[in-house]
Amino acid sequence: MDYIDPHIHMVSRTTDDYATLARMGCVGMSEPAFWAGFDRRSVDGFRDYFHQLTDVEPKRAAQFGIQHFTWLCINAKEAENVSLSRDVIAMIPEFIECPNVLGIGEIGLNKNTKNEATVFLEHLELAIKYDQQILIHTPHLADKYQGTRMILDMLCDDSRIDPSRVLVDHVEEHTIAEVLDRGFWAGMTLYPVTKCTPDRAADMIETYGSERLLANSAGDWGPSKPTAIPDLIFEMRRRESDESLTRKVVYENPIKFFSQSKNFSFKPRDGAPKSGD
Amino acid sequence: MRAASQILTESFLEVRAKLLEVAATLDRIDRSGEAGESLPPEAQEQREQIDAAIEIVLSQGADRAERLQKLFSRQYESDWRQQMDL
Repeated sequence: MDYIDPHIHMVSRTTDDYATLARMGCVGMSEPAFWAGFDRRSVDGFRDYFHQLTDVEPKRAAQFGIQHFTWLCINAKEAENVSLSRDVIAMIPEFIECPNVLGIGEIGLNKNTKNEATVFLEHLELAIKYDQQILIHTPHLADKYQGTRMILDMLCDDSRIDPSRVLVDHVEEHTIAEVLDRGFWAGMTLYPVTKCTPDRAADMIETYGSERLLANSAGDWGPSKPTAIPDLIFEMRRRESDESLTRKVVYENPIKFFSQSKNFSFKPRDGAPKSGD
Repeated sequence: MRAASQILTESFLEVRAKLLEVAATLDRIDRSGEAGESLPPEAQEQREQIDAAIEIVLSQGADRAERLQKLFSRQYESDWRQQMDL
């Protein structure tokens, strides 16, 4: 089954991973800007990173027939440095017109601090100013519930934010309902250690349905598995779920959500319709 | 959706193994306690959380995972903006 991974950090993956993903059905991906495994020391470090996201990775992906899109920001983990964050936010417009940029992300909270919230709100202003879609990172483990609620408060307090253009990622059993109920898209991140397993993601699809629901692998520097979406597809098949339900979550929904960005020029491999409408 | 009996049959060995891991871990903690080591406050709190989690697992309802997640979560306070002066 062709699928799109809407949240995968390919800068931390080898070229062999691209080859494996292509062989397992990955035809498209979006890569949010995130923490690089270390705190960067200057705005130029981010400028080089954004060059990697907008120029290097699309070429690497294209070698394997995978279409690569990206999102720009300074992530929540480094947002504790407000001064650097403001410099990075001021620099982002240099890259915002690059052809594979879908929006601002992954912005959010990490430890739910005042500095993180301040930088999050300034990212929202940037997204609004440039009419960009937004991809949200929610915290992990004990901080997830509180942080997700805080993020939803900030988003819902701003009438200029259209929830249908915002994807809230890393939802789990205790946060998914509120994200969907408030009209946002929700992303389940499949991860071996924290976050969610393919089995539990399949449970959430059974419980909440497929509307505005996505699945991703993260595929980051941590103990992650870039082929986690094929694992979800396999689990759904094992449960004898309708193939069209699985296809909606792993292929049609990403296309539908990303299509709200003017830079999303996805070409289906088999000439099939762009979305499941 | 598959029948409950089918899910149970397919999952039985996996659940059995996970429960054994939990039981063996608690045994390990207790054996260490018998050797005279008492838990510091933070660890004691974690131990109590595990007991509360086991009670949730034993309870009825199809929302055990959600309740476990909330048990292991920091609390949300709606006045967080005022607290942060933001």
